[in-house]
Order: sequence, then C-alpha cells, then structure tokens
Amino acid sequence: MHIMEGYLPLEHALGWSAISAPFVGVGAWRLARRTKDDPESRLFLGASGGFSFVLSALKLPSVTGSCSHPTGTGLGAVLFGPWTMGVLGTVVLLFQALFLAHGGLTTLGANAFSMAIAGSWIAWTVWRAALACRVPSSVAVFLAALLSDLGTYVVASLQLAFAFPDPVSGFTGSALKFLGIFAATQVPLAVSEGLLTVLVLNLLRSHATEQIARIVPALKEARP
Amino acid sequence: MNRRSIDILLVAGTLALAAIPLFSVRSVEGEEIFSGSDGQAQAAIGAIRPDYEPWFAPLWEPPSGEIESLLFGLQAASGAGFLFYCLGYWRGRNVGRNPSSRSGVGG
Repeated sequence: MHIMEGYLPLEHALGWSAISAPFVGVGAWRLARRTKDDPESRLFLGASGGFSFVLSALKLPSVTGSCSHPTGTGLGAVLFGPWTMGVLGTVVLLFQALFLAHGGLTTLGANAFSMAIAGSWIAWTVWRAALACRVPSSVAVFLAALLSDLGTYVVASLQLAFAFPDPVSGFTGSALKFLGIFAATQVPLAVSEGLLTVLVLNLLRSHATEQIARIVPALKEARP
Repeated sequence: MNRRSIDILLVAGTLALAAIPLFSVRSVEGEEIFSGSDGQAQAAIGAIRPDYEPWFAPLWEPPSGEIESLLFGLQAASGAGFLFYCLGYWRGRNVGRNPSSRSGVGG
C-alpha cells in the first residue's frame, strides 16, 4: 500500500520529492543510454516493468487480517540494477496514482523513495551480497525480493512516523504503530513475492537462456 | 526435483500463502475484514493527529469499487500479458534457432 493522496504534509511531500528526483533523473539517463546501446534489453525492461505492474496490482490477504500489495521491484533490480528499476517503479506508481487513485501525486516522491528507490537498492544489495557469499542464485533472488518488499514497507512506515509523530510517544511510538500496520501484514506477502520472483526468473532462464545470460552473467549457468 | 516440479511448488506456495488467511482469519463483529492496510494507516493518522486534513485529492477516483477492481484487473492483466509475450517471443526464437532445444513447456 502506498501513502494516500494528500496524506503527507506539504513540507514532507516536497522533501521526499526532492530526495527522489535525482535518483529518478540519474536512472532515466542510464535507462536511455542502456536502450540506445543495447536495443535487445528493451524487451527485458518491458518484462521487468510488466512484472512490477502485475505484482503491485495484486491485493493479497494476510494472516494479520488486512490486505496489501507486493511490489515487484526485485526482478528488475536484479536484472538491471537499482538505478533503472527506480525509474520503472516510479512509472508504475504514477500510473496507479493517476488511474487508480492509489497512492498519489503529492505522495509520489515519498512512495517512489520507499518502493522504487529503497526497494530496488535493497534488492540489488541483497542479491550482490548473497552471491558474494556463494549463496545459490535462486536463494539469492528469493532473499533479494523478500527483503526488498519488506524494506519498502518499513521505509514507508518510517516516512509516516516522521510526518506524524505521536504526541505522547513521539517518532518511535508512531513508528511502532505504522510498522505494526504495514510491516506485520507484509511478511507473508514478501514471501510470496520472493517465490514469484524466483518463478519468473526460472521461466526466463528456461526460455530465454542466452538473452538473460547476456544481461546477468551470474544467471548464466543453466537451471539444474 | 526437476525444473517443472520446482516451478509448480513455487506457484502452489504462493497460492497457499494467499489462501490460508481466507480460512484462518475470523472476522470480528463490527470490523471490516481484509480491509486495505492503507485505510488502516489513514485511521492511525487520524488517531495521532485528529486535526489533520488531507490537502490534496486524487485528480480522478474510480466511481465505485467495481470500477476500481476493473482497473486493478487491467493493470495485472496488461503487465502479465506483456511479460508472457516476452517469454513466448524468446522461447519461439530460441527454439526456432535450435529445434533440438524444444522439450516441452517448462523443460
């Protein structure tokens, strides 16, 4: 779930937009350069965007009794890195803000920071760290997607706590409240996102073996 | 365990995770069950700062829950459609170049 339209005070909305803008700008420049240098990658970019589109449209129930969305940024972050996925994720958020009244334009900067930027960077960092620890690539992808999904909602909880500190217990009190709402609900969804991301990567490795090997050499070895 | 079994398990695992809450969570009298967590966040904001008013409204909102479902459905369908188009394209191209690699879906 994203922070809803108008639910961040003006200063916070502007602040997060200012923080996110350079990430999206650099990402857009790198994306443009990538598609120019390597037209083959365009289909992969579209596929990554499509995956995020699907996952962020799924409202899944959770054992906490509420429902939420996964994010789908893990796949693109592993394939293309966090700069590019930052842009793709922001596009998904913009679409949802305009056509679904989900998230918002004033909160686009904050939501982009939690989902498109933090989510992608967490996924990519976990992926690289897991590979460096010689974790099998499927497990690495699973962890990257899971932690990225959870991380997105933790960041969103902290953003809300920062904007709305509890009058009595301050930032910490609010943070615990929002984390209880978002992060607890998200745990099974993050696991689902991990499973689905591994599934799609398996399909890509089965049916697009050479193509994916060019983009991510670590996925080069054929599936067992 | 071969590739296809793993993929099937991944799908089954995801479905199970989504289905279990539907059976295990009991609705509480007076409380809406499986409401979105963003609505709960709104309520929490209202509890922390009752005087807070959202200062901007969405430019357009779906007129009903049904229309909203349609749009979410379209988003999911178009994303999935494109993703699987790409998979099919690559599979077709790779099998076309190397017919011996055809070994059934998921193989």
